[in-house]
Amino acid sequence: MARIAILSYIKRNSLVHELTGTTKLIFFIAWSVASMVTYDTRVLVGMLLLSIVIFKVSRIKIRDISFVLGLAAVFLLMNNLFVYLFSPEYGVGLYESRTVLFTIAGPYTVTLQQLFYHLNMTMKVICVVPVALLFIACTDPSEFAASLANIGVSYRIGYSVSLALRYIPDVQREYHNISQAQQARGIDLSGKDKLFTRMKNSVAILLPLVLSSLNRIETISNAMELRGFGKNKKRTWYSLRRMKRNDWIVVALVLAVLVIDLVVTFWDGSRYYNPFI
Amino acid sequence: MATPIISFQDYGFQYMAQAEPTLHHINLDIYPGEKVLIAGTSGSGKSTIGNCINGLIPFAYSGEKTGKLLVDGKEADKSSIFELSQTVGTVLQDTDGQFIGLTVGEDIAFAVENDCIPQNEMKQMVDKVAKLVDIEHHLEYAPHELSGGQKQRVSLAGVMVEEVKVLLFDEPLANLDPAAGRMTIELIDTVHEQTGAAIIIIEHRLEDVLWRSMDRIVLMNEGKIIADMPTAKLLAGNFLLEHGIREPLYLTALRYAGIEIDEKMHPEHVDHLMLTDTQKEMVQRWYQKQKAYIRSREETEELLRVENLDFGYTTQKRTLQDVNFTIHKGEMVSIVGRNGAGKSTLAKLICGFEQPVSGAIYLEGRNLSGDTIKERAARIGYVMQNPNQMISKPMIWDEVEMALLQGNMPEEERKKRVEETLKVCGLYPFRNWPVSALSFGQKKRVTIASILVQRPQVIILDEPTAGQDYHHYTEIMEFLKELNERGYTILMITHDMHLMLEYTPRAIVFSEGKMLADTTAAHVLNDPELVQAANLKETSLYTLSMACGIDEPQVFTECFITYEQKEGR
Repeated sequence: MARIAILSYIKRNSLVHELTGTTKLIFFIAWSVASMVTYDTRVLVGMLLLSIVIFKVSRIKIRDISFVLGLAAVFLLMNNLFVYLFSPEYGVGLYESRTVLFTIAGPYTVTLQQLFYHLNMTMKVICVVPVALLFIACTDPSEFAASLANIGVSYRIGYSVSLALRYIPDVQREYHNISQAQQARGIDLSGKDKLFTRMKNSVAILLPLVLSSLNRIETISNAMELRGFGKNKKRTWYSLRRMKRNDWIVVALVLAVLVIDLVVTFWDGSRYYNPFI
Repeated sequence: MATPIISFQDYGFQYMAQAEPTLHHINLDIYPGEKVLIAGTSGSGKSTIGNCINGLIPFAYSGEKTGKLLVDGKEADKSSIFELSQTVGTVLQDTDGQFIGLTVGEDIAFAVENDCIPQNEMKQMVDKVAKLVDIEHHLEYAPHELSGGQKQRVSLAGVMVEEVKVLLFDEPLANLDPAAGRMTIELIDTVHEQTGAAIIIIEHRLEDVLWRSMDRIVLMNEGKIIADMPTAKLLAGNFLLEHGIREPLYLTALRYAGIEIDEKMHPEHVDHLMLTDTQKEMVQRWYQKQKAYIRSREETEELLRVENLDFGYTTQKRTLQDVNFTIHKGEMVSIVGRNGAGKSTLAKLICGFEQPVSGAIYLEGRNLSGDTIKERAARIGYVMQNPNQMISKPMIWDEVEMALLQGNMPEEERKKRVEETLKVCGLYPFRNWPVSALSFGQKKRVTIASILVQRPQVIILDEPTAGQDYHHYTEIMEFLKELNERGYTILMITHDMHLMLEYTPRAIVFSEGKMLADTTAAHVLNDPELVQAANLKETSLYTLSMACGIDEPQVFTECFITYEQKEGR
């Protein structure tokens, strides 16, 4: 299939690809913690700029991951909407001031503080999502398992995750094939039918897909056991790469980001940067 | 003689979920360095024997056993699957499914990774076996970049890396095209010479395995061993046909000519066959007599026409290039070529799953390019290779009825159509059964029925008999032949040479996206260039006819088919 599968490893030559899986994993974890902890706008802007740079360096194109990106955008929008609907005055309490811009209806006024809060919330997500996607797109799944084991996670868990990642493109291809064959039997999934019919129709694809996936699992687990998987508490890794100079630099860099993040965020005793007072 | 490396002693086994034992009173000794073929139809218990040897039974599939099984002197069920894997290396049937690593090197290393071998030592071990199976230049490749034959090499390397004493192959040829299958058999032979490991091959495709010599054949039927003898002796007897295993074609041809197969003739390989002059004359006489019966086919009206078809998933690389052919009403045609030659893509284009870059497809003279998948489906049916990928309802009736429910057909007419289709497909007695109660071959029928119910004019089948033993193969193909005789036009994508030869008078050959030939099946198999391009292999009938001084092997092959169809099996 020529279409690049959604959410899978994309092989390119870039500085990001060259880093070991362990480095990328540490980076991803530290980066996520950093952006989860802070609501400090200055830090977030810095991280946002940095993540754009990393994205450029990775040579992954927006269109490679556009589908997941779109999905993330929809969730983000919904999240913002619901936060506003349920507590339109949350920002006011947070920043201890109130600058009304205009009123929509009833209690729903738009304040500068609330907008600022939404901006911060959105930036937090925008900082993490591209890095998470990059992590998946630039890490060879086999190396991924090795790196998880390298930072102390049980290799069984690491291997299950990497196998799952690896089968994503296979399952997508199979879904595509099955759906074509089912369409040839008059099952329409294109949206002309009513929602209920469409949902019923998608079962016609899911059932064979699930059955064949179960089959696949049986084969692979037999093959793995026959070759001694799970024999010992530890195992060695063919594809584990040694950390090079660049790896250490990146690890140092991300730890620095995390420290700066924590310092700037908690210096004044609050997670929020408040420009209003 | 030495002590056996594997020894079944009055062994029996019953799977947990099954009412009857699968194996009964098995007594079988396999000695170090032997080459043994275990043959039998599906359900004969041959795969179960394999699973007992490698420890999947009882460690992955539980059940009850009687008697004893010793592997390398130790009782198998008191050992563990890991310990057994140090002695027995298993290559499974599914070349894709057993590929664990993400690259060739990683997959080969899998077993030694689990043994905690340090990385630099591991790399040396991998390089060594990779060289042995001739895959050392592909260590960085991902599974989908490899051909079926190459994947098979990787699987083999992956079990050899541990220096096992027994190599067990579970239907190694099932997913390979004929040329790749032949290379696998040659490779197994080389590995046997170099490592001295005992080789056990579980297969029902006898002729293909016997491309290289085997010490003996164990024939299974209904969970029992019914023959365990040297290859030549088994081939001389009548065991094979009686138990649903196809004997090599050249032997069948000899029998047709009235010659009795004898151990002393060296029947185990067509190249070593020793025929007396009288016997050669008998073959020639039979050939002259049969030649008269060959009929040329009559042309009927045009049904499907493909014109200048071009297709590519990306702009740089064309998957199909300039394809032209016409299918006539009532024809049965094979589309052959190696994996990735563009056969499946062609089917997808005809069904409208993909749109051509240029060119057009006509059905009864009408251009189909504006029609949707759904509209085409009413006239062109597509049956996928694996019935499990198509069946989506638990009950047979519902599955067959599904396509009709999408339109506005009145219930009565719908019922009538489903009934009729079920009758045609021989499924009427099972109409209220759940699909899960059916065998693989019957499921295949259900999927064909679910397509036929739309009354298409053309049916396209992707590998209709893949992985089937001779008995089921015959069942499916005879059914398709019957449909063809009822007027359905049938296109089949296949790399089964027997299927092409016996059932389809005409074959279209693809290689690397181009159409190489459109000719008779017998012609394809007797043209060395086409055989090579399509990854097929010439049949043993070719060699036999040469040995008997018949200089038109193609006509000889046609005689064979005509005779076989006339006399039945």
